[in-house]
Amino acid sequence: MKFVLALMLCLFAALLPQPGWADEDAFATALRSLNADSYAEKISAAQTLAALGDPRSSVVLTALGDGMLYARADGSLLMEAGGSYIDPISGKAVPGVAASDLTALTVNNRLRGILRGLQATLDISSPDPAARLKAIQAVTALASPESAELLHKALDHESDPGVKKALQSTLAGLDLVSPDKDRRLAAVATLASSTDRGVQAQLQSLIAAEPDPQVKAAAQKVLSSIDDKLAAIGFAANLFQGLSLGSVLLLAAIGLAITFGVMGVINMAHGEMIMLGSYTAYVVQEAFRAWMPPAWIDLYLIVALPVAFLFTALVGIILERGIIRFLYGRPLETLLATFGISLILQQAVRSVFGAPNKEVANPGFMTGGFELMGGFTVTWNRLIIIVFCLVVLGALAALLRWSAFGLQMRAVAQNRPMAAAMGIRTGRIDAFTFGLGSGIAGIAGVALSQIGNVSPNLGQGYIVDSFMVVVFGGVGSLWGTLVGAMSLGVVNKFLEPYAGAMLGKILMLVFIILFIQKRPRGLFALKGRSVEN
Amino acid sequence: MILSRLASSQSDRRFWLGFIASALVLCLLVPLLNALPEGSALHLPNYMIPLLGKYLCYAVLALALDLVWGYCGVLSLGHSAFFALGGYVMGMHLMRAIGTRGVYGNAELPDFMVFLNWKSLPWYWFGFDQFWFAAVMVVLVPGALAFVFGWLAFRSRITGVYLSIITQAMTYALMLAFFRNEMGFGGNNGLTDFKDLLGFDLSQGSTKMGLYLASAILLGGSLLLLRHVVATKLGRVMMALRDAESRVRFLGYSTTHAKLFAFTLSAMLAGVAGALYVPQVGIINPSEFSPANSIEVAIWVAVGGRGTLVGAILGALSVNAAKTWLTGAAPEVWLFFLGALFILVTLLLPKGLMGLKKRFSKAEEGHV
Repeated sequence: MKFVLALMLCLFAALLPQPGWADEDAFATALRSLNADSYAEKISAAQTLAALGDPRSSVVLTALGDGMLYARADGSLLMEAGGSYIDPISGKAVPGVAASDLTALTVNNRLRGILRGLQATLDISSPDPAARLKAIQAVTALASPESAELLHKALDHESDPGVKKALQSTLAGLDLVSPDKDRRLAAVATLASSTDRGVQAQLQSLIAAEPDPQVKAAAQKVLSSIDDKLAAIGFAANLFQGLSLGSVLLLAAIGLAITFGVMGVINMAHGEMIMLGSYTAYVVQEAFRAWMPPAWIDLYLIVALPVAFLFTALVGIILERGIIRFLYGRPLETLLATFGISLILQQAVRSVFGAPNKEVANPGFMTGGFELMGGFTVTWNRLIIIVFCLVVLGALAALLRWSAFGLQMRAVAQNRPMAAAMGIRTGRIDAFTFGLGSGIAGIAGVALSQIGNVSPNLGQGYIVDSFMVVVFGGVGSLWGTLVGAMSLGVVNKFLEPYAGAMLGKILMLVFIILFIQKRPRGLFALKGRSVEN
Repeated sequence: MILSRLASSQSDRRFWLGFIASALVLCLLVPLLNALPEGSALHLPNYMIPLLGKYLCYAVLALALDLVWGYCGVLSLGHSAFFALGGYVMGMHLMRAIGTRGVYGNAELPDFMVFLNWKSLPWYWFGFDQFWFAAVMVVLVPGALAFVFGWLAFRSRITGVYLSIITQAMTYALMLAFFRNEMGFGGNNGLTDFKDLLGFDLSQGSTKMGLYLASAILLGGSLLLLRHVVATKLGRVMMALRDAESRVRFLGYSTTHAKLFAFTLSAMLAGVAGALYVPQVGIINPSEFSPANSIEVAIWVAVGGRGTLVGAILGALSVNAAKTWLTGAAPEVWLFFLGALFILVTLLLPKGLMGLKKRFSKAEEGHV
């Protein structure tokens, strides 16, 4: 508070050389009468001071509200700021004043309330746009009949476009209830560009109470245009939320699409690979906190990606070589064995890190967001994850399409004995393919650590969903996985407002169960001639 | 005469010997040991009776899964959904049987509905105050769901892991649905605070013993029924389609019908098992639908040995006994143990305990 006051004093000193706004004597008289005995007199003095519009008034009133205004024995007033005493009229420090010579001016709650209102009206003419914006909000909150007048006056002087816009829209809101018909009409016209839900409600109540048909018609027109705009914003918000959910599903499902699609292995431990990735992010973050300069902390996420990839890929390769390769050709047993692996991994992580959630902080560049339209905020972390998952998908597609490893992988997927006969070491390809799928699950885990809780059960929440994506999109098709994930995500988010989160999800599952009836091999099934795989 | 026909082969004779011995142990020895005075060294404590009853219900569920998995090659990962549905049906009857003894003393509405400010009973709760109606529904509800689901799935020739995944999706969807308060099944808390069944007080030791015996009889009956089913021509078709579905289809058999029959029958058995399970544990809630539960059933069957029926029972009993002991003695070890069980059984014991037994007996014969 003291700092603010000191700041205001500087401001006040800067303003002093300007030719006085009001009569110097009037200011001095009003100031003196602040030191009255009764609160009624103090209030009228404060109002006089505010009415003068003198830049010094604001400082004096703030000091009074904060109990920093003192009277000397001769009746002249002094303000305290940063330990020294200042003459409010000249703005100069008065040396050699003892605290014992001064009596503080008393304030009660009523006076304080009035002071706040007066302060706001004064701040409307403050040279700082931010202060004006704040004052406008304060005046609006007061909602006294005079506020509209005051704001109108301020609008005439206003030069800053941002403040002007805010002024216009608040004014319009106040003018809606003005007794003057023209004002109401003008207000309705001003509000046409608004996308605020509050305005929507205001207009609705206006239409309900409006006696004048002209105003009513105009209000109805504006209201319907606002309704349309809000609906469009809602649509965009749903779409964004849906794409965000879809990208999360995609990240969780890509790795599965590889192991399931290319190798035909149902990996029930896939969710736990995601969970391991998230814990890797947590460990890397803690390592950065412990050993790296604090300024570098944001980089932990960049470092965590390759670390998580390598770690989970290694775990995947070990599992493939140690367990899964003995079960090829027995998909149901593979399913059970990998479920066992998932139980062990969960319990292992719980034993090492404990059951409670771990906190993984968003780095600076992923926090916050920007407002695209009224009330629709795009958050950076979700936007970055959408882009990130597309990058991962693209990189993976490129790897499969153009690299030697990708070529060998596709060859093994299509015809294992033939690939082996051509000299491809199928065992090694299997291990690397499984490692690749697991590694992608790991980086998915790093991404998911940015938007959710990191706990040993993290993977469980994604496993059914990611299977749905793979089955829906079609096994063995990255394109199908993309379309499957995005459509499931978007449809889910559009269902949510109507059906609620849980019912929306249930409907999705029922839909997929029915969809599989029609296309048992998914949207983008690989075409083949064999009776069964 | 019948007995002599049944005991025609050596393995048959061995089965009947084991069956009668187990029946004697379960239906005579257990009540007898329980009836011994408390201080006696052989006394079976009262709390063990519902616990054993619970295991027997699990064993019926494992039997049901063995029919579809072991004999038709259809690994359902949603069988605990049928079990839970049967349980919910029984739970609804037990809720209605509470009458005015609930916390709110409302004769018309169960407590949770009064709590949710519901004014009248939802239509699907009607009739559940009658035991016969609930008893019919215990079979009908899981059976109908399995019939519709199976018809859709098998008709489209969804097989293997795809079927496993969508059955998992089914039980997951049901779990989410039953978690909702609006469904009218008690939401998160499920149905509980049961008082009596057919006028017998559920807290009485004799009622518990009766439920336990009913479970034992159900298990024995199910075993005999399924043994009969798999021995029929239909059972032969099931085993054939498990091994080579296309070939069976090309030979002119409807594999869809065979699988659908097995799936529906299996779901009905699971439902009955669930219905007997609920009064013994005293609660049914949506977590019974959780996909992990269904997968656990699969491991019971795998541990015992698929396609043997008796193996499923052995697996269910042994794994659950281990679970009760381990979760009490060293809770953090249980998941490691269960996980290792999944891996080791699939890797090293593909035929389960029954396969192990066979291997030993073969080795003995070899020595002779």
